Amino acid sequence: MNYHINHLKELESESIFVMREVASQFQNPVILFSGGKDSILMTYLAVKAFYPAKVPFTLLHVDTGHNFPETLTFRDKLVEKYGLNLTVGYVQDAIDKGLVTEEKGTNASRNGLQIFTLLDEIEKGKFDAALGGGRRDEEKARAKERFFSHRDEFGQWDPKNQRPELWNLFNGRKNLGEHFRVFPISNWTELDVWQYLAQEQVPLPSLYFSHRRKVIERDGVLLADNEHILKKPGEDVFEEVVRCRTIGDMTCTGVWRSSAASVQEIIAEVATTRLTERGGRADDKRSETAMEDRKKEGYF
Amino acid sequence: MTTSESLTTELLRFTTAGSVDDGKSTLIGRLLYDSKSIFQDQYEDIERISVRRGEEGVNLALLTDGLKAEREQGITIDVAYRYFSTPKRKFIIADTPGHIQYTRNMVTGASTANVALLLIDARLGVVEQTRRHAIIASLLQIPHVVVCINKMDLVDFSEDVFNEIHEQFEAFAAKLDIKDFHFIPISALKGDNVVTRSKETPWYEGPTLIYYLENVHIASDHNFIDCRFPVQHVIRPYNDDFHDYRGYAGRVAGGILKVGDDVMVLPSGFTSKIAAIDTFEGKLVEAFPPMSVTILLEDDIDVSRGDMIVRVNNQPDVTQDLDVMLCWFDNFKPLMPQGKYAIRHTTQEARCIVKEVRYKLDINSLHRQLEDTTLQMNDMGRVLLRTTKPMFTDSYKQNRITGSIILIDEGTNRTVAAGMII
Repeated sequence: MNYHINHLKELESESIFVMREVASQFQNPVILFSGGKDSILMTYLAVKAFYPAKVPFTLLHVDTGHNFPETLTFRDKLVEKYGLNLTVGYVQDAIDKGLVTEEKGTNASRNGLQIFTLLDEIEKGKFDAALGGGRRDEEKARAKERFFSHRDEFGQWDPKNQRPELWNLFNGRKNLGEHFRVFPISNWTELDVWQYLAQEQVPLPSLYFSHRRKVIERDGVLLADNEHILKKPGEDVFEEVVRCRTIGDMTCTGVWRSSAASVQEIIAEVATTRLTERGGRADDKRSETAMEDRKKEGYF
Repeated sequence: MTTSESLTTELLRFTTAGSVDDGKSTLIGRLLYDSKSIFQDQYEDIERISVRRGEEGVNLALLTDGLKAEREQGITIDVAYRYFSTPKRKFIIADTPGHIQYTRNMVTGASTANVALLLIDARLGVVEQTRRHAIIASLLQIPHVVVCINKMDLVDFSEDVFNEIHEQFEAFAAKLDIKDFHFIPISALKGDNVVTRSKETPWYEGPTLIYYLENVHIASDHNFIDCRFPVQHVIRPYNDDFHDYRGYAGRVAGGILKVGDDVMVLPSGFTSKIAAIDTFEGKLVEAFPPMSVTILLEDDIDVSRGDMIVRVNNQPDVTQDLDVMLCWFDNFKPLMPQGKYAIRHTTQEARCIVKEVRYKLDINSLHRQLEDTTLQMNDMGRVLLRTTKPMFTDSYKQNRITGSIILIDEGTNRTVAAGMII
């Protein structure tokens, strides 16, 4: 008998360990659910971690009002299937109350506004740990994240003052009003996620698979045409066979020319691609440190 | 990579430590680049920044320096994690800065590593920093150490230079506790012996770095002898289908647990048998490190988080006195003699008091300093702790999971120290 497990099993075991640690060290944890594959994976791993008991975490969705309709349908089905609790925070509410100001112009996005609603929901729900699907391979600021990442009373991240994390000892101690962001799938790469989702035959939103869609091209990135995007002169709508590599707000999630219609084809595509998945994210392209800056303020 | 290949891919974690000039970033860049793990947009990104900053050529170090302060100052201040894979293995690199003030980062990166990569500049040979890295690798019990003698192109790929450094290192390392080490002459910049075998070193018959990393035997890096199952979470579904279900969830820290095994629960000392090993996919007949499972016992006994399930005839030390090699992390306050801290060990949390600092360890020479026993940030020392309740421990050498602790300042909640039980 050969006592070793493959890398997907080891990653799964690590993520399950982190989730059980969250359930034990915190009173009221929440899963930040975006509808993307990483948050679907996280939810699936949470189901495994506490089987046959129910997932002891609430699902929190920050709704920008600019969602792909497929995302919401999928979310509601998932919640029903696993008997989960769902809380939705609406960015529109914060705009209506004048708490945040909507960006104007062609590149306007509600991405940054999510921070307010997210922190507001965390405070209202008295959530003391928020599990995020961030992965270290995604982005250079995320490469330095901890599994347990401390946030002060303003929800801010202080990257230069992080707690060292050794072996599998996690320090979730905090003062009242502070919270933690926890990243159980830190060590997964995009390819790992797809291989695992394929192996486990986890259902996914149709957006990830190749389909024909109306798009516009902006700064070399294809964006799905929708009512929330203000088009610049010369930006013509045309049809392309595309799929999403990440799913976020419709105004800033790029789509990708692809004919990959099954998980296996996506794996083949991801294994040979030369562009990172966030390469299509307009929100990361705003500056060299766009992600770090948003994370410090309390972004996902 | 197809799914069928991925089913046999192992995970290997390694740590690299080095300073700005020893070519560490270049080596990581080389591994990522040659294994096709640098994406085009990432490359264009750092190319653009390099040009803007007026640098010659593309600065691969920008791939690993992620934070604004690091880019501004051209230094790495924190552990960065990098990923790449080959058809045989998936690799996680804990990339840590090598400067003396970052010992804590090196210790952090080393804590979970299977392999440590030490870089030596062929022109300089073994320097103070090399010794410090090797000592940390030894203290943290990294099972395998690879010494990459880099910049061989700058010494004309001389076998004599390689042998001389090899001997220098061996002479020094004889004092250390490293089970397995290996020497490779490389040029990270030119790629010699990193992924492809060099034509310049016909005298070298060993493997390339990537071949070594793909093939080094890591299956025995876990302890498969001494059964240790720290209970992490109790699973009680409270529903009709699983009415009396009471499962103990956790990650196997040591040994091979089998259904039917006679076990004892610490600290109560109650004995029972393993009735089932449960997972979402179904029941298993056995579980071993590093699997996360749920254990069900035949008898209804009181078990909670922090307890440990072990074999009746193979028990850890049950003790309130810990003798540890401590690495101090905090930059605000030094270790306080007689100070009280929160302590974490496996899934247990307690409080402890510092009874004695026996000596401070000079991590450049291994000398024991008996006079000066103040532990400041990045210092290491042998410390005796007394805990408020019994801990179930093994020596760190025997088991990295049941032999490690962290200390937390109860006022600031910061993780102030990490310790290895002696």
